[in-house]
Amino acid sequence: MKKIFLTAAMAFALLHTQAQTATPKENTGFESRKLKLDEINLVSSYYTQNGNNAAVTGGIGSQKLNDIANVFDVKLSKYDSKSRKHTFGLEVGIDHYTSASSDMIDLHANSSASHADTRIYPSLSWSMENEKKGTTWALGLSSSSEFDYQSFGGNVSFSAKTKDRSGEFTAKLQTYLDQVKLVQPIELRTGGLTGHGENYGSAARNTFAGSLSYSQIINQNLQIMFLADLVQQNGYLSLPFHRVYFNDGSVHQENLPDSRLKIPLGFRANYFLGDRFIIRTYYRFYTDNWGVNSHTADIEVPIKVTPFFSISPFYRYYTQSAAKYFAPYQVHTAADQYYNSNYDLAKFNSNFYGAGIRFAPPKGVFGLQHLSMLELRYGHYTKNINMNSDIVSLNIKYK
Amino acid sequence: MRRRNIKNGLVPAMIAVAVLLVSSCTTVKEYQKNKLNDAEMALANRKVEKTELSFQGYREGSSGANAGKSGGGCGCN
Repeated sequence: MKKIFLTAAMAFALLHTQAQTATPKENTGFESRKLKLDEINLVSSYYTQNGNNAAVTGGIGSQKLNDIANVFDVKLSKYDSKSRKHTFGLEVGIDHYTSASSDMIDLHANSSASHADTRIYPSLSWSMENEKKGTTWALGLSSSSEFDYQSFGGNVSFSAKTKDRSGEFTAKLQTYLDQVKLVQPIELRTGGLTGHGENYGSAARNTFAGSLSYSQIINQNLQIMFLADLVQQNGYLSLPFHRVYFNDGSVHQENLPDSRLKIPLGFRANYFLGDRFIIRTYYRFYTDNWGVNSHTADIEVPIKVTPFFSISPFYRYYTQSAAKYFAPYQVHTAADQYYNSNYDLAKFNSNFYGAGIRFAPPKGVFGLQHLSMLELRYGHYTKNINMNSDIVSLNIKYK
Repeated sequence: MRRRNIKNGLVPAMIAVAVLLVSSCTTVKEYQKNKLNDAEMALANRKVEKTELSFQGYREGSSGANAGKSGGGCGCN
């Protein structure tokens, strides 16, 4: 009897110790204040496109482009003495691309210095969440560097949950302070500039954006969100190596206004249908003072084959009107104040469709405990102006 | 004229949807949020979509209202 009692007491003591270890937040304030790793994500993608309306060659010529991107992010968190949660994020992205149209900045080169480039974009973020009050403050800094473009960004945001925690309002301010290197098409250069390593001038491009969003839980299966941005861009908004051919055959650098006001309005609704289907929807209306108006509609339906494995087919439709400064090859005239032959600002519609698979088994992907999630996704994109592309993306999460 | 009609129709329609949905809200307790807390129910872009949003921002004339970048970077190609 004594043995049984001692064994039971020891077992209880052991379980009690394990329970304390498993819930440090409730019982040991010291443990919860340690900085801990929340997750590490790696997103890799391969993108390839083709088309025949390159802006570098004035709206004609190959748009063939390949891009490999890798984005690595780390998220850490800790609680302070007032039980506020601090989350720290570090992200580093690297893209490498080869582009047939950039190669044509120098029309006579078989393969010029501009045919390939690498972009590096690190960013830092911090947020402080007061779980009792339901508020969060956040700050972020970012940078992006490539041969002909440098960007520095900063943002600050504030979020507040409703009293019953079913709604959340967020306000965010963002700014990007950019420098565009003035790399001209080779035949328009003066002073003997010929290629890579020359002392090009630069021009500023600044972006200021305000964003508001409100999310609301409707019931146990449905939640929605409204998003609204107001974006003002000032400075050199053209790209210096985009050619425009006038109707008299003369060639010019693209020339766009030095100010652009954008207003996108978005709406999301996600619905859990039964036990296996999720319907994710998104709609956006966009308008700007360059004459571009667009509608975007997106639907994705994750199907939970098991609780830890899902297949997600998706479809996105996009349509836009042309910017008032756009005209095709050899249509602009000398009377035009602003001119551009970039088909990304033309009237078109596009379809983007594909599917993704997601594994998040409780024992880890491939049995590796810390490899908590793997997602693979493929999409095919087509514009009705003879441009198409494919993208394969992979997200691996370590937790 | 057509643009004006779209704008005139869209804003009241969005407000009507918002009022209808928000007015039909029910209080959901924490223990009832297992479906809402599913990773694929998040009201945000998936991480794996990050580079898709980048190329769409480059290849299309519009951007924003998706909690992503609304400026910065050039999209030169």
